[in-house]
Amino acid sequence: MKKKTKKDIPYFDNNIHWKPQSKIWFLSAVLAFVAALAFDYFMPFKQTVNPAPYRIFLLIMIVSLAVLYAVSSKFITLRRKLLHNAQFIFVAALALALWDFLTAKSGIFPLPFFPGPLQITDVMVKDYKMLLISALFSTRLFFVGLIVGSVSGILTGILIGWFRQWDYWLSPVIKVSGVIPAVAWIPIAIAVFPNSFSSGVFLIFIASWFMVSFMTAGGISATPKSYFEVARTLGASEKYLLFHIAVPNAVPNIFMGILTATSLCFATLVVSEMIGAKAGLGWYINWAKGWSVYSKVYAAIIIMAVSFSIILAVIGVVKNYLLRWQKGILK
Amino acid sequence: MSEPIITIKDVNSIYRDSFGHKIYALRNVNIELYDGEFISFIGPSGCGKTTLLRLIAGLDKPQSGTLSIQGNVIGKPDHERGYIFQQPTLFPWKTVEDNVAIGLKARGVYKENKNKIGEYINMIGLNGFEKAYPHEISGGMAQRVAIIRALINEPKILLLDEPLAALDAFKRIEMQSLLIKIWKTMKTTMAFVTHDVDEAIALSQRIVIMTSRPGKIRKIIDVKLGGRRDRNNDEFIALRKIILEELQLASILPEPEYSI
Repeated sequence: MKKKTKKDIPYFDNNIHWKPQSKIWFLSAVLAFVAALAFDYFMPFKQTVNPAPYRIFLLIMIVSLAVLYAVSSKFITLRRKLLHNAQFIFVAALALALWDFLTAKSGIFPLPFFPGPLQITDVMVKDYKMLLISALFSTRLFFVGLIVGSVSGILTGILIGWFRQWDYWLSPVIKVSGVIPAVAWIPIAIAVFPNSFSSGVFLIFIASWFMVSFMTAGGISATPKSYFEVARTLGASEKYLLFHIAVPNAVPNIFMGILTATSLCFATLVVSEMIGAKAGLGWYINWAKGWSVYSKVYAAIIIMAVSFSIILAVIGVVKNYLLRWQKGILK
Repeated sequence: MSEPIITIKDVNSIYRDSFGHKIYALRNVNIELYDGEFISFIGPSGCGKTTLLRLIAGLDKPQSGTLSIQGNVIGKPDHERGYIFQQPTLFPWKTVEDNVAIGLKARGVYKENKNKIGEYINMIGLNGFEKAYPHEISGGMAQRVAIIRALINEPKILLLDEPLAALDAFKRIEMQSLLIKIWKTMKTTMAFVTHDVDEAIALSQRIVIMTSRPGKIRKIIDVKLGGRRDRNNDEFIALRKIILEELQLASILPEPEYSI
């Protein structure tokens, strides 16, 4: 293992950033945003809107692209990433302009069901407090539920995977109850739990617990026999075999379970908030729909996409850290 | 010869094949392994040489007969009987040094023996690879790590179950000298299973020839060659001929060795 020194020529994997490393494309991307801004500024409106937030958003995009480019002269990987994604950014800017044209500029897509980027950015700015609070509520509910569900899933998975008795008594229960979608429990959860938060936690717990325990048990019982034989001839006790051989061997499986559970939990979270809760993004969407303010619905959906992506990225970082030994084995 | 370290008495190991027939993996096996010797077990597939090693390790139990180490009956696997498998079987989530440390940690003697890890890694010439993960090193390196992982427990006997079978010819010769070096410096008793006749002659003081169905000891040959063993030496060639005849393989091709 050689230590990296500054003199080492950085190695680039052209399979990761395979798009042309061309400055022209990046410049075009920035210019596309300028064009979208100019288009919005000069073309008259058919709908009555407040254009300021959208224009500021476009300006922010232009400035941040420029700043990122300047900063990336110091960070070669960032520069390569920017140039790789230049074509996408370019098309995204054009798509924004097209969307603007189809909605506020021409009215081809009618209100209230198809708001344009202007209405949505406007709503995001006007209603930012509510949206932020809703997003935080959803995130908190998600993490509490997922952590409770994953921890109990890992524990039951270990018990089932390691002890025959637990396997005998619990496996059938998990297999049968696991196929029930968590949202089916909503009426019961609302009736049994004192508030919407605890009933939400319960539903997300249900959604994640089954998946995680199932995968954990699979990982534990799939530990190669040779691992145990090696460890036993090295003087390992039963406890050591479980916690230092079987459980680490199951970690990739555990994460597969958690990641699968995560998408189940997103669905459960939104549905449970829509039905029973008085806070969160799911509730916000439902509430906005009640008032037929579809721009708010879209705004909440966009916020949801961003927050769920961040959540997935956080889980991914934890996973990559714990499974750093797999780097280079897979793919 | 010195004291016997392992005593094997009237050992039978039976399993049933898919038709329900009794198969003797080992039948009435009697042998003593002496303290500090290098003994090889050779024979065709199915002669029970691996079974015998697994019985000594305590990984399996015999149907009848007794195995004892210095007078104590062998029970569960123990760190005093180190075992090297054909595959290195390093744990992929542990670095080289963590793999070597398993024995110390599992026995709860890690703190006082920490510095031994570096010494052992030095011995096999893997310094600089302490923090590498198993998939980042070659098969030969991995097998060397597996060997010191067992050795760091200072076992009374090292059971080697075809540890070199998965390596190429160059690596094998390198590893053979490493085994001899370990045997000479650490005075560990070595019980070595192989189906390579030359390897057995090159390494051992005694060669146990086994036959299959039922698995039995056919003959034990004392190797009286000196320290440096030249494979083209007349005595070496003569010994090879004797062993091959004993194996009744002299006229037919030896079995191919598979590495998985």
